[in-house]
Amino acid sequence: MSVIDNLWWIPVLPLVAAGVTAVLPRSSRRWSAGLAIGSMVGALLGSLLAFGVAADFAQAHPGVVQVRNFSWFQVGETWVRLGWLLDPLTAVMLVMVSFVGLLIFIYSVGYMAHDANFTRFFCFLSLFAAAMLGLLIANSLLLLFICWELVGLTSYLLIGFWFQKPSAAAAAKKAFITTRVGDIAFLLGIVWLYSEAGTVLFYDRGAGCLETGVLADLLSSVNGFGISAATSIALLVFLGAVGKSGQFPLHVWLPDAMEGPTPVSALIHAATMVAAGVFLVARTYPLMAAVPTVPDHAPPAITTTAETHASIVSETHGEAARGAVSTALKVVTWTGVLTALMAAGIAVAQTDIKRILAYSTVSQLGFMMLGLGTGGVGVGMFHLITHAFFKALLFMGAGSVIHGCHEVQDIRYMGGLRRSMPVTFATYAVGMMALAGVPVFFSGFWSKDAIFHAAHGWGPSAMPFYLGLAAALLTAFYMTRQVCYVFFGEGRNPVPGDGHHAVQAPHESPGVMTVPLSILAACAVLLGVLGTPAWPWFQSFVGGTSLTLDWAELRSTESLRIMGWSALVVILGIGVGWRLYARISSDPKAPDALCRVRPDIYSLLENKFYVDEIYAATVVRGHAGWARLCAWAETWLWAGAVQAAAYATVGLSWCNRVFDEYLVNFSFDRLCGGLGNGGGWASRWQNGRVQFYLRFIGVGVVLLALMMIWGCRA
Amino acid sequence: MAAWSIYISFIGALVLAFLPRSRVACARWIALLTAVAGLAFAFTAAFPAGAGNFHELARHDWVPGIGATYLLGVDGISLTLILLTGLAAICGVLFSWNVRERVPEFFALYSALIGSVYGVFLSFDLLLFFVFYELAIVPKYFLIAIYGSTRREYGAMKLALYSFVGSAMVLVGLLAAYALSGGQTFDLLRLAQHPFPREFQMWAFPLVFVGFAILAGLWPFHTWAPTGHVAAPTAASMLLAGVIMKLGAYGCLRVALTLFPRGLEPWGFQVLAFGSWQDVFGFLGAMGIVSGAMVALVQQDFKFVIGYSSVSHMGFVLLGLVSLSTVGLRGAVLQMFSHGVIAGLLFGVVGRMVYDRAHTRDFALLSGLRLGQSLPFAAIIFCLAGFASMGMPGFSGFVAELQVLTGAWHAFPWLVMLSGLGLVIGVAYTLRAMQKAFFSDASGVDAGNGHAVSLDPEPVTWPERIGALILLLASLAVGLYPRILMDWIERGLATPVFDALRLGGLT
Repeated sequence: MSVIDNLWWIPVLPLVAAGVTAVLPRSSRRWSAGLAIGSMVGALLGSLLAFGVAADFAQAHPGVVQVRNFSWFQVGETWVRLGWLLDPLTAVMLVMVSFVGLLIFIYSVGYMAHDANFTRFFCFLSLFAAAMLGLLIANSLLLLFICWELVGLTSYLLIGFWFQKPSAAAAAKKAFITTRVGDIAFLLGIVWLYSEAGTVLFYDRGAGCLETGVLADLLSSVNGFGISAATSIALLVFLGAVGKSGQFPLHVWLPDAMEGPTPVSALIHAATMVAAGVFLVARTYPLMAAVPTVPDHAPPAITTTAETHASIVSETHGEAARGAVSTALKVVTWTGVLTALMAAGIAVAQTDIKRILAYSTVSQLGFMMLGLGTGGVGVGMFHLITHAFFKALLFMGAGSVIHGCHEVQDIRYMGGLRRSMPVTFATYAVGMMALAGVPVFFSGFWSKDAIFHAAHGWGPSAMPFYLGLAAALLTAFYMTRQVCYVFFGEGRNPVPGDGHHAVQAPHESPGVMTVPLSILAACAVLLGVLGTPAWPWFQSFVGGTSLTLDWAELRSTESLRIMGWSALVVILGIGVGWRLYARISSDPKAPDALCRVRPDIYSLLENKFYVDEIYAATVVRGHAGWARLCAWAETWLWAGAVQAAAYATVGLSWCNRVFDEYLVNFSFDRLCGGLGNGGGWASRWQNGRVQFYLRFIGVGVVLLALMMIWGCRA
Repeated sequence: MAAWSIYISFIGALVLAFLPRSRVACARWIALLTAVAGLAFAFTAAFPAGAGNFHELARHDWVPGIGATYLLGVDGISLTLILLTGLAAICGVLFSWNVRERVPEFFALYSALIGSVYGVFLSFDLLLFFVFYELAIVPKYFLIAIYGSTRREYGAMKLALYSFVGSAMVLVGLLAAYALSGGQTFDLLRLAQHPFPREFQMWAFPLVFVGFAILAGLWPFHTWAPTGHVAAPTAASMLLAGVIMKLGAYGCLRVALTLFPRGLEPWGFQVLAFGSWQDVFGFLGAMGIVSGAMVALVQQDFKFVIGYSSVSHMGFVLLGLVSLSTVGLRGAVLQMFSHGVIAGLLFGVVGRMVYDRAHTRDFALLSGLRLGQSLPFAAIIFCLAGFASMGMPGFSGFVAELQVLTGAWHAFPWLVMLSGLGLVIGVAYTLRAMQKAFFSDASGVDAGNGHAVSLDPEPVTWPERIGALILLLASLAVGLYPRILMDWIERGLATPVFDALRLGGLT
């Protein structure tokens, strides 16, 4: 009864909770929340246990992954096998997801207290948690994909939870379809991988698709465009990650997804599900990073560059990275950094408190991709973990603000909340500083610092480093803007628009909401310790390398220089933000401070670079046009062809009829008529008069006699 | 014993035909009993050791002069499909519980249709096969023409004509094969061993394949399907999509592919990048997937959406069949089952739960009715069936389509990518239909006369609930544990009937 044998309990617990909740009557609120939270506590305990086991095992056998595989069904001569695994990456994610999940479940009890569909909400949440935890332990690309789809499905259900709101229903649909575009690429990648390698297991005693034997085969099979199968499959899989993690150009769904209840935004669209794409890249990292080792006609061997590179990054930074960087990783890096920069820019000009955070999430996910692409699993995943905590914190803080302000989401109508909501303000400020990357005391600083380190030492180009710095600058700036709008200055109530709402003073949220906030705030500060350059515990744990405490590392000029850069941009961003927004007008309708400085840029950003509009004009219209074309073809072309065939048949039938009527029938009639006439004529002979018959008999006898005489004579 | 599923259905049909018209309840129960007994008899084939291998059920001389025998048999593929037929038959009866007019005749025709379908799936003599195949058209026509809705005479006639055109093509091919093999036998097992000349197979294959595939909704010969589905009464559209379309696909697999496997070989020249019938039919299959989905996306009639989605899903079957890979063939057979169950369920929800209560299928009107609130059960079932239909893992569609795509990847990677597009659109039209029909917030105003619509529908009845749950559970069971069918399908494809196909390069 080892832990690995029973690992499947971790996702199954919330699944059972979801199943039971699904059949509970709507009124059993206590039961549904209790079940969901209880199952998450169970999952958390299991995850902690698994974490301990994985840590022990990693010490004893570094680089070995524990797996359990089983057969699902037969395809061809082989069985489709699924399985689960336990390695440091999984262990870390399990703990994060179940811990953050648990806090958000508790918080939801307060947030959703007045909702009529409370039970259904917890059913969906538990289902989500089950799928997400299943995704983490999957040892097969197929099982991962199955959970991946379920995660997407629950995300759809939860975004559209208030489906009576047309915007929520539309957002849910948009999210599902947009991510589905990426998912199909992912599915094709799986199909391709299966037909190349014959397995979709990650690890299978040397025969898994992430192990060297199969990777070598994948690299050596090159298609007509000169791209190896490994690269093609990696790119297709990455496209799936792009969809789920809201990377450019499939990021459009994530901000709209904020139509869902705020705990959902915190859990799914900040901390866990959107990180699944990043996790996918990390999980398939050997595939992503696989490059054939160079020439000399040596048998193809594999180097997984950045995996080991990550832990020794401080030795190699500054010089060109050793070894080649795979195409897939270049794509990952560039996609990440462009997304980070773009989304940070858009966040600057948004006014909805949750949308700002949503764009910030997109941007931070870009940072994670950048970290994965340049620094390897440890670097990217460290930012994922720290981000999960402080972003969940920010979202729940935003939820608390929205709750306290009676469902107002527009930051222009808030203000001065630091007095009426002190706990929320304090925790939100911690989250904001972690996100902005305020030096030394906040986890965000250290995880971002690791990314900058890696990007700085990245072989192919130095650009990502500078673009990343720019994105960090913008991050500090927009977060300062948001905090100024929401918490500082004077209150800018009343509620916009209708005026039906009574002017109610904002109030602090109940303890069931603020306690999780405080716990997350503590994590947002403390987690940074785990990944400093002096003691990179996290990177070494996930990367499977040895760990030393080396204070000198922290003082090396290189480290200091990069930390200096990073601190500088943060201070600059916060400073400019404070300068512009500290004393904003108390009129909610007044134009934005930035808008007064540069209206053109502001409007470009406010409209999110018009990506939605571009899609509407191209993809959506093209699609609709095509669909209409198909429908047209359906009614006119095919139906027309059939109609034509039908008319031709009818025409032919007419010809046949004419033929029948005037040729066949005519002759037939004539024949029949002739026969009839002939019969009439013949019947006249049979007139019943004996004399007439006798006369003919007489004639006959004479004729016979004559014939006989004639015969005898001869 | 499995042969009794044919006989019991026809016996039921006879009894029902002579039942007085007033005995409505009695007719329903007889029909339900017949359907259950049919499934039970079909199930007996699943129990002997080695179920899935070929078992002979009956062999008698029929027309000795021409070598026709009454030969019934069952293998894994037949077994899968007769189980599907049994399930669909039961659920069809349950969803027809509210038929009010000429009830005994309705169920008599219905049972006769089911009996012929069992007959097709169990015949291993080509002439017998063809007789049952033709026999199925007759009750189908009357079911639609008498009990149907929108443009029923047109739909029924179109369906019958398309079917007969297909049959004619098949008959020509079959007689040619019979004559060429020496005119001794119609026994499929023996004909499949006969080495027909390549030139003959080259024209006989497309003839017979298309002849059957018309009934399977092969693009662009599919237009009978949506109109037929829409015109048919609920139970008939469930059978039409669930089982009748499978007759065509089954014929393609059982007759066209086994008798004329060399017809798939390359022509030796290229026309518009098509180098063989395999390419042509693969392309048509993929076109069906994408085009069907596209058309479904812009329909205003709820039932048309499901009708076109059937065309789209049957495209996967055809793509799998011509992929010439074991994986693809298995996927195709599994997809037959999966689509039968899911499409049956969707038609049940739309035809029975929604249309019979709201008396409209127009999205513009439905969206004002807030059916999500007044019919929560229907809404939930449609959501689940919709997720199954869009290939959500956990339901049967995912496993089946995944295998088809995997199997087809080697032969046509580009078509697989094209089909991927179809999957995305599949999500779009399902969500669109779901939202417009159940979760729309449009103001409840009747477009026709301008006054507000208020619908207080009768709640979903128990027969409907049971029928929906049976189909849903079947899809889930196969999706979670595909082995319950895959083992049989696997053995069915390993029988000697497919030897020629295997020699012909099945991978």
